[in-house]
Amino acid sequence: MKEESLWYIFINASLINNFVLAYFLGICPFLGVSGKMETATKMGGAVTFVMIISSMCAYGIHALLVAINATFLQLISFIVVIASTVQLVEMFIKKMSPALFRALGIFLPLITTNCAILGLALFQTNKGYGFVESLVYALGAGAGFTLALVLMAGLREQLNFADVPGVVKGTALTLLIAGILSLSFMGFAGLGS
Amino acid sequence: MANPTKNNTGFLASLKDSPSTDEFIKGLWRENPVFVQVLGMCPTLAVSNTAMNALAMGLATTFVLLMSNLLVSSLRNFIPKQVRIASYILIIATFVTMTDYMIQAISVDLHKSLGAFISLIVVNCLILGRAEAFASKNTLGRSFLDGLGMGIGFTFALFCLGAVRELLGNGTLFGWAFFPDTFQEWIVMILPAGGFFTLAIWLLIFNAAKERRATS
Repeated sequence: MKEESLWYIFINASLINNFVLAYFLGICPFLGVSGKMETATKMGGAVTFVMIISSMCAYGIHALLVAINATFLQLISFIVVIASTVQLVEMFIKKMSPALFRALGIFLPLITTNCAILGLALFQTNKGYGFVESLVYALGAGAGFTLALVLMAGLREQLNFADVPGVVKGTALTLLIAGILSLSFMGFAGLGS
Repeated sequence: MANPTKNNTGFLASLKDSPSTDEFIKGLWRENPVFVQVLGMCPTLAVSNTAMNALAMGLATTFVLLMSNLLVSSLRNFIPKQVRIASYILIIATFVTMTDYMIQAISVDLHKSLGAFISLIVVNCLILGRAEAFASKNTLGRSFLDGLGMGIGFTFALFCLGAVRELLGNGTLFGWAFFPDTFQEWIVMILPAGGFFTLAIWLLIFNAAKERRATS
């Protein structure tokens, strides 16, 4: 594996290969929770937190599974760790801010099935990142996810005031905007090299 | 506690009554998982850059969906309500691991081009959604038909996307050249942005068709 600076890993995960707009991971919350700016920011925060915790756990689990020669259990153990982390975050948010808990609604438990988090755990393992690198990677991925979500929410808040033909309303319009956002994120491609 | 043999007779009985064909048909069109329910977006967009990838992904998902529906349905009276989601995820993850190794055994190239997205079938909302909304409440036979219908509907949708993207982005279909050499490829279709645009256009077509049917 070639050496990558931590800064490069961060930029790569957040901008160049943005998890939502380049890898198509975490599209469900991206389409579902991006209606309002405030919820979008907090959702981004929650996802980033889960990402960091599960990234650290995934690193440990992978090391353990390699040691006992049982890598075929990797997927199953990753998903269990993610599910329990989400449960933890859910209880925490319910206790600290019931209003936020209601605003996030069904999408909070659904973080479990957010592909971005499992994807992160799998990618970092595939790339053979060390502990610090994994952490930075998770941080970058979370920042990128939040960025995409917030950008989308801002655009959609403005769209509420626009006069759109009935056929285009809803998911189709959101997808078109996502496509344009994705095109503009391609401009970051030259950053890393 | 129901005993498993009871489920088997239920299976045969449910094949005979007519609503069960509806469980199969609904996934194909009326409740198509991608175009109507907008579920399982991540793999839909990510691996639909060629028709072959789309088809392989669709079949792999169908297999996992079918198996998990069957297992969840047959265990539905044994799984405690509180831990059901965790149990479903474990069941799905097991089948996905099997699929992952199976595809690797069949074709290493295909495994490479699908990459981590095979493992990511675990978090396909469609599969968990069917387990929770359908298989946990219905008999083995109905769950089987539901899984098959949904799976084929998903594969069909993925193929629609993949074919359009490969045709316009690469000028080929299943690797066969389709246009004369003068054809200028639309590179954007292969890129991530093309996935969003193609799906948006398919959804537009579906919406327009729905609206026309509603007005007539």
